[in-house]
Amino acid sequence: MSKVIKIHKGLDITLKGSAEKVLGKFPLSMDYAVKPSDFQNLTPKLVVKEGDAVLAGTALFVDKHCPEINFVSPISGTVKEIVRGDKRKLLAVTVSPAAEQQHLQHNIKALNSISREELIAFLLESGVWPFIKQRPYGIVARPTDTPKAIFISCFDTAPLAPDLEYVLNGETEAFQKGIDVLRKLCDNIHVGITENPSATSIIPKIKGITTHAFAGPHPSGNVGTQIHHISPINKGEVVWTITPQHIVSLGRLFLKGIYDVSKVIALAGSEVKKPRYFRIIDGANIAVIHEHLCKDKPVRYISGNVLTGANVGPNGHLSFYDNMISVIPEGDYYEFLGWANPFRMKKFSVSRSYFSWIFPKKEYALDTNINGGQRAFVMNGEYEKVLPMDIYPVYLLKAILAEDIDKMEQLGIYEVVEEDLALCEFVCTSKIDVQDIIRQGINLMIKEMDDHI
Amino acid sequence: MNFLRKFLDRIKPAFEKDGKLKMFHSTFDAIETFLFVPNTTARSGAHIRDVNDLKHTMTVVLIALTPAMLFGMWNTGYQHNLSTAAEMTFWGMFWFGFLKVLPIIIVSYVVGLGIEFISAQIRGHEVNEGFLVTGMLIPLIMPIDCPLWMVGLATAFAVIIGKEVFGGTGMNIFNPALLARAFVFFSYPSHISGNKVWIVGLSANEGIIDGFSGATPLAQAAAGEQMPSIADMFFGFIPGSIGETSTLAILIGAAILIYTGVGSWKIMLSCVLGALGIGYLLNFTAANPYMEIAPYMHLIMGGFAFGAVFMATDPVTGTQTEIGKWIYGFLIGAFTVIIRVFNMGYPEGMMLAILFMNAFAPLIDHYVVEANIRRRLKRVKI
Repeated sequence: MSKVIKIHKGLDITLKGSAEKVLGKFPLSMDYAVKPSDFQNLTPKLVVKEGDAVLAGTALFVDKHCPEINFVSPISGTVKEIVRGDKRKLLAVTVSPAAEQQHLQHNIKALNSISREELIAFLLESGVWPFIKQRPYGIVARPTDTPKAIFISCFDTAPLAPDLEYVLNGETEAFQKGIDVLRKLCDNIHVGITENPSATSIIPKIKGITTHAFAGPHPSGNVGTQIHHISPINKGEVVWTITPQHIVSLGRLFLKGIYDVSKVIALAGSEVKKPRYFRIIDGANIAVIHEHLCKDKPVRYISGNVLTGANVGPNGHLSFYDNMISVIPEGDYYEFLGWANPFRMKKFSVSRSYFSWIFPKKEYALDTNINGGQRAFVMNGEYEKVLPMDIYPVYLLKAILAEDIDKMEQLGIYEVVEEDLALCEFVCTSKIDVQDIIRQGINLMIKEMDDHI
Repeated sequence: MNFLRKFLDRIKPAFEKDGKLKMFHSTFDAIETFLFVPNTTARSGAHIRDVNDLKHTMTVVLIALTPAMLFGMWNTGYQHNLSTAAEMTFWGMFWFGFLKVLPIIIVSYVVGLGIEFISAQIRGHEVNEGFLVTGMLIPLIMPIDCPLWMVGLATAFAVIIGKEVFGGTGMNIFNPALLARAFVFFSYPSHISGNKVWIVGLSANEGIIDGFSGATPLAQAAAGEQMPSIADMFFGFIPGSIGETSTLAILIGAAILIYTGVGSWKIMLSCVLGALGIGYLLNFTAANPYMEIAPYMHLIMGGFAFGAVFMATDPVTGTQTEIGKWIYGFLIGAFTVIIRVFNMGYPEGMMLAILFMNAFAPLIDHYVVEANIRRRLKRVKI
């Protein structure tokens, strides 16, 4: 292993309700959903209708512009509802589970007997292809690309994030198989790990990867940060990323011949009675968590972490790439002369004009109030302190707002996705929606630069 | 505070889109958000947000300005006392100054906030809290004898031409408070220069003792006259604009700004380095008495300290990049001394140096960002 890459800029936000390392079990959810909105810039084309019987692994919809990419049902049962929004936009396909779970059985392929093209065709057909995301843009990878490398982050530093070493425990075989599959696609695989992996970590046992140790605060666990420090993306380059749990699912496909997206997630946050880990299947309706919550105030249900997750509501579904569910209080209240009071001890600030810095270990039960009104950019130097990349974030954001493609390109739009600048949004004095602007910029780039997506 | 909240909730509908009083929507919103941090929750992106907001940040600056303001009030009385030999007490002097300074502060806030409220309403924006600071800065950089109508006019000019035409706080190119001073400087030079305007009643010559000059150290330095002691200049027992005289009071403010991270220590430090650097250089080639004075004197006389701490560090009009801040601050310090020493007509240079560098801040940032772009292009590929 090479030297440790130290990340100096960033911020660890310590929240109340981190998951204890105990594995619980949920009953089967009432329904499971695959949501096109989990896949940026996807135009879905339905291939099922309500009432159809499906197996785990049956395609529900495909990418309209690249119909080889299947998005498949995580469970077997019947298609319950095609959920549509404004202008009949497809929001989700939900499936009611059958009592007896059946998987679509694929013939197990021997990796050394098939070509790269045959392998890709199989991955597309079996529904595991969307596991692989590409940078730039953070969209589902294009099957025609050959990336310069594949990056995997095997630790998560986001607030309340699950311990991925714990989550991957016992999955050595499937993980190794998944890596073997990926190596067939691209032999250059980089894995980010923590400075001091525990004895239970499976990563040291895995062959065929290059590991890089990282130390420092969030976002050192973000794959985007790791890419930037290992081999930054330049114009014209493509890299792929995949989450460790999806590698396990990919491995299972080649071990058992089935699409199996069960995974271990953390249920965390200040409004959870006993935060801990649960085994769950991708796309599950999160209503199953209700009995584990404190019920004394309105809460927000977030699929993912509190910085980048999606507000899915009490009966929403776990999103495709997420490894946790966070439940925090809503912040729908007024605070009398709050801005004038420097002693708001229950709130957190990076600014020294409050006193959070005196208590670095204190755990906060932060709510969703944005604590102020939205303004133009006024303060400067704030974003730079929490963005460990050689990028001028405000200039990039201004280039996006001005729709200046050349400048966006020069200032680093290819290297970032929303989550990389989530902390900038957190610390912003002017309460600017940084992640929205980044996505707006990425969508503009896709529209202007890539006519074939 | 529930009754207040209930009252606001009750009258709120009248100010909404279809209400009878919708033309006062921004005004209502400003008052409401002043009294209560709004109940807005994160709609997209990060679900939790830092508790710090712009209103809080602005209060930090106001707190940092307080020592300079209080000292300015006392010094107004003290200078009056010196000029008339009235033998006032400490509190007497403070009270005298308080009564003189307060109207200027009120005029600045009423005019400035009035325009802010109106333009926010016209544009359908929220009222921005930037003027809370500008409104305090303007009185502190005016001579005490400046007529109130002039303060009002200058404030109006600064807010309209300096800020609102660009789109409000965050969009302006020049520091609005300095623009107000520049307006007076160029429009009514006799009211902001010379020896008479810095002390109450000196221009009108009411009860002034014989032979009292009222000259600021800057004027004395330019003329090569005997200057006040270093202690007097550092503590601020000298004539000058209301808030600028006491380097000590300003340093207290600087400590607050640096500790809270609201003001950039890089700009402050590089301002000082720039002034000292040029000051020493001029000492070698001294051709007039002003060039001969010790370089550190520049730091404690005139508006240097006030400008370096409160004006140059304006996050909107200064440079935005960390490297840029060093260059920007250094050049402000350097230009201030150059303007002071070589401008025969006027012995002060801080205002013009900062406004000049405000204009160049985007250029400095441009080159810093360009360097980043080039560095990124040259990155090794593996």
